[in-house]
Amino acid sequence: MDVINLTIDNKPVVVKKGTTILEAAKGIGVHVPTLCYMKLDDLNIENKPGGCRICVVEVQGRRNLAPACCTEVNEGMVVNTHSIRAINARRTVMELILSDHPTDCLICAKSGNCDLQSMAHNLGIRQIHYQGEQSHYRKDTSPSIIRDVDKCIMCRRCEMMCNEVQTVGVLSAINRGFNSVVSPAFEMNLDHSVCTYCGQCVAVCPTGALTEVDETGKVVRLLSDPTKTVIVQTAPAVRAALGEEFDLEAGTLVTGKMVAALRRLGFDYVFDTDFAADLTIMEEGTELLNRLGRYLEGDKEVKLPILTSCCPAWVKFFEHQFPDMLDIPSTARSPQQMFGAIAKTYFAEKLGIKREDLVVVSIMPCVAKKYECQRDEFKVNKNPDVDYAITTRELAALIKISNINFNSLPSEDFDHPLGESTGAGVIFGTTGGVIEAAVRTAYELLTKKELPRLNFDELRGMEGIRKATIDFDGLPINIGIAHGLGNARKLLEEIQAGKSEFHAIEIMSCPGGCIGGGGQPYHHGNAEIIKKRQRAIYEEDGKKAIRKSHENPYILKLYEEFLGHPLSEKSHHLLHTEYFDRT
Amino acid sequence: MPKIKLSDNTINIIKEVCAEFGNKESELINVLHKVQGKLGYLPAEVQEVIARELKSSVARVYGVVTFYSFFTMIPKGEFPISICMGTACYVRGAEQVLSEFKRQLKVEVGESTSDGKFSLNCLRCVGACGLAPVVTVGEKVYGRVAPTQVKDIIAEYRNSISDVARSA
Repeated sequence: MDVINLTIDNKPVVVKKGTTILEAAKGIGVHVPTLCYMKLDDLNIENKPGGCRICVVEVQGRRNLAPACCTEVNEGMVVNTHSIRAINARRTVMELILSDHPTDCLICAKSGNCDLQSMAHNLGIRQIHYQGEQSHYRKDTSPSIIRDVDKCIMCRRCEMMCNEVQTVGVLSAINRGFNSVVSPAFEMNLDHSVCTYCGQCVAVCPTGALTEVDETGKVVRLLSDPTKTVIVQTAPAVRAALGEEFDLEAGTLVTGKMVAALRRLGFDYVFDTDFAADLTIMEEGTELLNRLGRYLEGDKEVKLPILTSCCPAWVKFFEHQFPDMLDIPSTARSPQQMFGAIAKTYFAEKLGIKREDLVVVSIMPCVAKKYECQRDEFKVNKNPDVDYAITTRELAALIKISNINFNSLPSEDFDHPLGESTGAGVIFGTTGGVIEAAVRTAYELLTKKELPRLNFDELRGMEGIRKATIDFDGLPINIGIAHGLGNARKLLEEIQAGKSEFHAIEIMSCPGGCIGGGGQPYHHGNAEIIKKRQRAIYEEDGKKAIRKSHENPYILKLYEEFLGHPLSEKSHHLLHTEYFDRT
Repeated sequence: MPKIKLSDNTINIIKEVCAEFGNKESELINVLHKVQGKLGYLPAEVQEVIARELKSSVARVYGVVTFYSFFTMIPKGEFPISICMGTACYVRGAEQVLSEFKRQLKVEVGESTSDGKFSLNCLRCVGACGLAPVVTVGEKVYGRVAPTQVKDIIAEYRNSISDVARSA
């Protein structure tokens, strides 16, 4: 093996050939500051355009300073990461960036979470010596994402996510020199583009240039309206990440505290999207078994594989990019929308109130959910099934605004009937979870036998595309899993070419699934955080008394009292949807 | 920007060029160059066809079009007039020649006359500094142009039809 010997800050280092100075330094605990650079280990996501020049270091014998993120090590190299020259250059670079950046940090949505702000602080910038032109662009508002490009520093992380990882291709650098900026084609608004609102651009933006639409104000007003009954649902991935906003270790489960906080915020009922996830499994699992049964009987018309449809960004993606395949995904609505539909019918009837007087708020790890709940097919007489979807970050902000000391809250339980869920509902929050939940139910419904095991390790993990064959009592079922839309595209192209070997495929837009969603606390480029959230999700599943959706007593009751059976006429009306060609 | 509807003929021209370069995304600049050569400019609708053919995103195509000053999204006139603003031409009075063109044609730099006959642009050095100041109309080069000659140059083309227009 080719190895390279060098010294960094007087320490000898031995690394593999091809290693960058940045990685070599990291290996011996030397932290070189970076800004545009971002690497998510295990997810194969890396951004190193070498554009910002914050990571410059001094290399002995080299005339210019070297950008550590994209300079490979050489034999005998002598690197100094904090020479006076390197420090001065970094500070100059930072001052130049700041000279074309608004200084409204105090009221910026990203304040306290801004990589640019903390870098300026770490470099000890106290004065900006350069005064010049400032760029001004039109603010672009969509149902989910706000682009305030005055704050863009051209790190191009969003462009990398949108093109390489998601293959959506909405964002690109345009123009040149001082005028260059990241934008959709023809500077059109995001809501006119093929943007899926996955929010991965928001998740990686180091500044306030890309943020979610903030709806906390509307929620506060509704909570204080005595004429409204306001109920809340919480997505599975929220409980595995919310604690990070209150300085708890990543992967700390805060389910009970979250429920307690929501009750103190004034929600009349605190329910769980996990309940609706169990309901999704009943509908989607039955749909899978139906298609599978017809296929096994020799029906050539039946569409297989069936694709999951919980993720709104994924739905918008295939509506734009694969309009010829609209009949392949399951028609099941997402858990968020199933919850809304059941809440404004079944639960409103139970309370004896009109749907207009019931407000449904959802807490989501996602910015695309804001767009999803505004889709026309999820409204009745213009009244949406889900009124507002706010992100995990927005919930944290609400808790802070309301003087609630989150960490000292007791652990409380969800309300009934829409708060009871199984372990199967919980694992919807991670890549692989929806299909594992579906397997647990479909297996037992099909074979009428009890599953010999509940953990399907072959479906778990962080690989972008995973495959497994599950033995359904002699019938091998081929399962595919993709997270990240670029990976989804690969599986879709296989189906298009008639080469797909799968019976069922789970697709999640965000790397890691919902735990890595665009509405989660910022991971600042640390993939370890996403992995810890995944472990927390499986931990919660393992602790649940009931771990199969079809054994949820409140789900059984819902069918008995209201829906009849899965895929009934009422289910079709309330729990299923259709897709539209958006080309 | 108003939407324009491309004729089937135009779409075929674009597709042919893309095919000529193997429909490869890596050939984007060559494709843009050649399509602009044939159509005169690269409006949004043309970029959309190119993106589709090369399996690229419209945003990326637009990124390249806006990066290189050679590419234009504004239709050029039948007779594109360019005034050299290179150092030699500039010191020998190119600016006065330019303002005379602007006055006569009633357009600003980068615009076309309302009848689509002329468009006015500046460029940097055509490599004929000995002839400064230089003006080009289409492929034809005029040297040592004085503001008083501007009227005659325009008159030369006012009633003629370009080769491109004739073949279309």
